[in-house]
Amino acid sequence: MYFNKEIETMPLKKMKELQLERLRWAVGHAYKNNAFYRKKFDDAGFKPEQLKTLDDMRRVPFLTKQDMRDNYPFGLFSMPMEQVVRVHSSSGTTGNATVVGYTKKDVDIFAEVVARCLVAYGATEKDIIQVAYGYGLFTGGLGLHYGAEKLGALTIPISGGNTERQLMLIRDFGTTMICCTPSYLLNVADYIEKKKPDYDIRKTKLRAGVLGAEPWSENMRKEIESRLGIQAYDIYGLSEVIGPGVSCECSEKSGLHVHEDHFYVEIIDPETGDPLPEGEKGEIVYTTLTKEAFPGIRYRSRDITRIYREPCKCGRTLVKMEKVTGRSDDMLIIRGVNVFPSQIENVLMEVEGTEPHYQIILDRKAALDDVEIMVEVNEKLFSDEVKVLDDLKRRIGDRFRSVLGISATITLVEPMTIARSEGKAVRVVDRRKI
Amino acid sequence: MNVTQLSVFMENKPGHLQGVLKTLADANINIVTLTIAETSDFGILRMIVNDPDKAKKVLQENRITCSVTDVLAVELDDKPGSLFKAIDTFTKNRLNIEYMYAFTEKRGDKAVMIFRFDNIEAAKKALAQEGISIVKKIDIIGA
Repeated sequence: MYFNKEIETMPLKKMKELQLERLRWAVGHAYKNNAFYRKKFDDAGFKPEQLKTLDDMRRVPFLTKQDMRDNYPFGLFSMPMEQVVRVHSSSGTTGNATVVGYTKKDVDIFAEVVARCLVAYGATEKDIIQVAYGYGLFTGGLGLHYGAEKLGALTIPISGGNTERQLMLIRDFGTTMICCTPSYLLNVADYIEKKKPDYDIRKTKLRAGVLGAEPWSENMRKEIESRLGIQAYDIYGLSEVIGPGVSCECSEKSGLHVHEDHFYVEIIDPETGDPLPEGEKGEIVYTTLTKEAFPGIRYRSRDITRIYREPCKCGRTLVKMEKVTGRSDDMLIIRGVNVFPSQIENVLMEVEGTEPHYQIILDRKAALDDVEIMVEVNEKLFSDEVKVLDDLKRRIGDRFRSVLGISATITLVEPMTIARSEGKAVRVVDRRKI
Repeated sequence: MNVTQLSVFMENKPGHLQGVLKTLADANINIVTLTIAETSDFGILRMIVNDPDKAKKVLQENRITCSVTDVLAVELDDKPGSLFKAIDTFTKNRLNIEYMYAFTEKRGDKAVMIFRFDNIEAAKKALAQEGISIVKKIDIIGA
C-alpha cells in the first residue's frame, strides 16, 4: 500500500532526474529570493548555473543551525511574508530559537509526506489516529494532525500528556494508531500496570504506534511491542527540513525510507565536510527540493547515520537511512525537546548570582527522561538561611520550565563536587539507556 | 552582644559533616555551640567558634563554602519562663526570628540564646527596653 505509488516506487534513474530538476529550482530560488543565501553562495564562489549534475552539490555551501539563529526570526524566509501561512519554532531563548515558515504549498507537502508515512505503517482512511504529540510551535502535533487528515483518517487532536484521558479515548473512540514519543508510550505502559490493572490494552483496537521526536533503540521497540501488543514504527524528521515525515519505516521495520523527491540527502564526514559514498556512516545533510517559504540548502543536521539502497520487500524504491544513532554536536533531546547545554548555561546566568558551575544528569525513570541539574553553591550564592537557598532552587526551576519547557530537579551541591576533566567541568552525564 | 556566627554549606550525605569538622580540628578551632538546618539534599551548619576569622580562612582554603553573619547572643536565667519573656518581647515588637539555638555557660546558672534577625539592632533596642541583659562577653568564646 502506498499513498503516492508513482513516487514511492519510482525507478532510481527517474528519481535522480526529478531530483536534479528540483535541486536546480531550489538552489536558484534560494539564491534569487534570499539575501543571506545569495551572499553565502557568492562568498563561496558558487553560482546556481554551475549545478549541472547531482555531484555538483558538493560545491554548495552548508547551512548550519547557527545561520538560522543569526537570521532569527525570518531572515531565511524566501517568499513574500503574505504568502507564509504558518511558522514553527524550536524551544529556546530569543538568541537560540530557530524559526521555520511554510507557504500553503509547503503545508500541503508536509501533510503529504506524513500521509505517506502513515500508509507505510499500514494506515488507511478507516483508521482512527490519536495524535498525542504536543500541539503548538513544535512540529510534531500539527504535522501528524494534517498528515492523518490528508490520508482521510479520523484524527483525534488530543495533544500530549494526560495519560488517563489518552487511555479513555483509546477505549471509547476505538483508536487504532497513537502518535507520540516512544518514551511516553512506555510511560503509558507503566501507568496501566501501576494504576489501571483492569485496563486491558489488548482488548482495545490500538494496533500501532507512530513514534519519533527522540532517538530510540530496537530494545525499546521490543519492549513497547510486547508490553502493549502493538506494532511500533519509527517516524523521523526535523523542523529545519519540514518536521516529522522526512523519512519513515515500512512494514519491514529495517531502515527508514527518505521522501527523496522532496528531501535530497547526502552523508558527509562531520570533520572535513566532504561527501561520503553511499553506505558509509557520517552526518546526514538535507536539501529541500520543493519548499518555498524556508528552503533548506545543504542543512547540516548533526544527526549521524548512513544511507543505502536495497530492494525493500515493501516495494518502495526510496533511499533508506538507518535509525539515527547519535549526534556530531552536543545537542540533547529531552522528552522530545531539543536542548543545547549552552541554553542551560544561559538560564543559570539569568538567575541572579548564579555562576554556571553546573552539571545536567539525564536518566530514564519510569520510561520518561528525568532531568537533574546540579549547581555548585559558591559563597556568592550561599546564605545561612534555608529559605534563601530554597528560593534559589525554585527560581532556577521556574526559569527552566518557562524557557525550555522542561521540568528539572535542581540540586545544590558543594564546590568541586562536579567532575572536571582536565580542569573543564563535565557538563552532561547521560545515563539514559535507550 | 553581636556574635560572629560561621555558616557552612554541606550536602546531606554521609561524611560531609566529618570533613568540615576535621578541617576545623586540624586548625585547632574550638566549637562553642552549633546547630544544623537540614533539607532533603543539603544542610547548613551554623556554629559559634573561638576564632571565626581563622576558621573561615581554613574552610575557604579547603574550598568549603562558608559565610559569617552577625547574630545576637542573649543571656537568660536558666529557669522556667525566662525564654518566654525574651520571645514575648520580640512578639510585641513584631520582630521575626529567622532561627535560634542555645547553649549553657560552663560556670553559673545562665543560658545563652543565639538569635538570627534581619534587623539585629531593632532586637537589641527592644530587649534593652524590657531590661533583658544582652551578653556583654561570653567567657567561653574568649577562652
